[in-house]
Amino acid sequence: MEPNAFAYLAGGLGAGLTIIGAGLGIGKLAAATMEASGRQPEVAGAVRTSMIIAAALIEGATFFALVICILLATK
Amino acid sequence: MAFFSNQQATEQIKQVADTLNATSHELSSKEIFTHLFDHLKDGSELEIPFGHIELPHFTPINFYGLTIDLSITKHVAFILFSSLLLIISLSIAARKNSKSKAPTGFGNLIEVLIIYIRDEIVLPNMGKSGLQYLPYLLTTFFFILVMNLFGLIPYGASSTGNISVTAGLAIIAFIMIQYSAIKSQGIKHYLAHLTGGVQVWLWPIMIPIEIIGLFTKPFALCIRLFANMTGGHLVILSLIGLIFIFKTYIVAPISVLFVVGINLLELFVAVLQAYVFTMLTALFMGFGIQAGENAHHEKESHNH
Repeated sequence: MEPNAFAYLAGGLGAGLTIIGAGLGIGKLAAATMEASGRQPEVAGAVRTSMIIAAALIEGATFFALVICILLATK
Repeated sequence: MAFFSNQQATEQIKQVADTLNATSHELSSKEIFTHLFDHLKDGSELEIPFGHIELPHFTPINFYGLTIDLSITKHVAFILFSSLLLIISLSIAARKNSKSKAPTGFGNLIEVLIIYIRDEIVLPNMGKSGLQYLPYLLTTFFFILVMNLFGLIPYGASSTGNISVTAGLAIIAFIMIQYSAIKSQGIKHYLAHLTGGVQVWLWPIMIPIEIIGLFTKPFALCIRLFANMTGGHLVILSLIGLIFIFKTYIVAPISVLFVVGINLLELFVAVLQAYVFTMLTALFMGFGIQAGENAHHEKESHNH
């Protein structure tokens, strides 16, 4: 195997691992939000706004990892 | 890599493909990938139907040992397009809205967006004193939105898929966050806030952490926008690339269907990311402003 192959492999595996974490995090967040707005529909708007903020923060951290994967695959 | 080679139906298609390949010059999948990848990257030419326009190239300027190339690239051109479009369309909307009390048509659309940002982003996060920063946040929102949407039209490119552009936006956001915090709290409270309110012997640990904290927020803004816009394009690139990897026409309809789906998702992401960037900037500015208002309240309650 040529040395570049390991970089591609690492990029692919890293992307997969990142998605596991991000999917779990955002899924849990969405579940909690739906539960909250089901219990109290009158605060659904406020809950949705804070969900978007939290989702954006999780997504930001995820993208740090994904950028590293892209760098591994393209450099 | 003939994936469906054992199916008889593909035989004919393969023959057609072979004749097509023979007539046009052969491209390896690696070359096609680079060609597709060039669409993602910044370039010195503008793609138009049936060809390309060379953009003007300026000689690099030497600035204290730094070589600065200020020539107009594809992304710079699209920044200029989007700002021009915004200036024209928003001034039309403003003129329309100032004529009549009840806005109609295009003016109404813009008013809905502006009122949404004022009532749902600025007022809950920054309070009444945040209204003075509303023009900045509106500019950020519309500018990012239009730059994102430019990437979705054919021959267009999204300038926000370039990390330098998002870094520029994040630097402006950083300056605005610090400016609003200092203006609201006063320089004394601002510096006191950097110590984290702990005892003096902990300052050597606390001050670097707080200073790093100042920079991570806009850094995350920068990476988030860049990665979101590049990520969507990369997925489309990979799906189209599948056709060239398998080298059959059978994959094409599936790929194209998926690309249509991803394009719709990207339309959503383009609006969402403009919203998120504006929202988070407002939130971070709101932290500083609310800390300032609390400090004022404390002072007032001490005086009473």
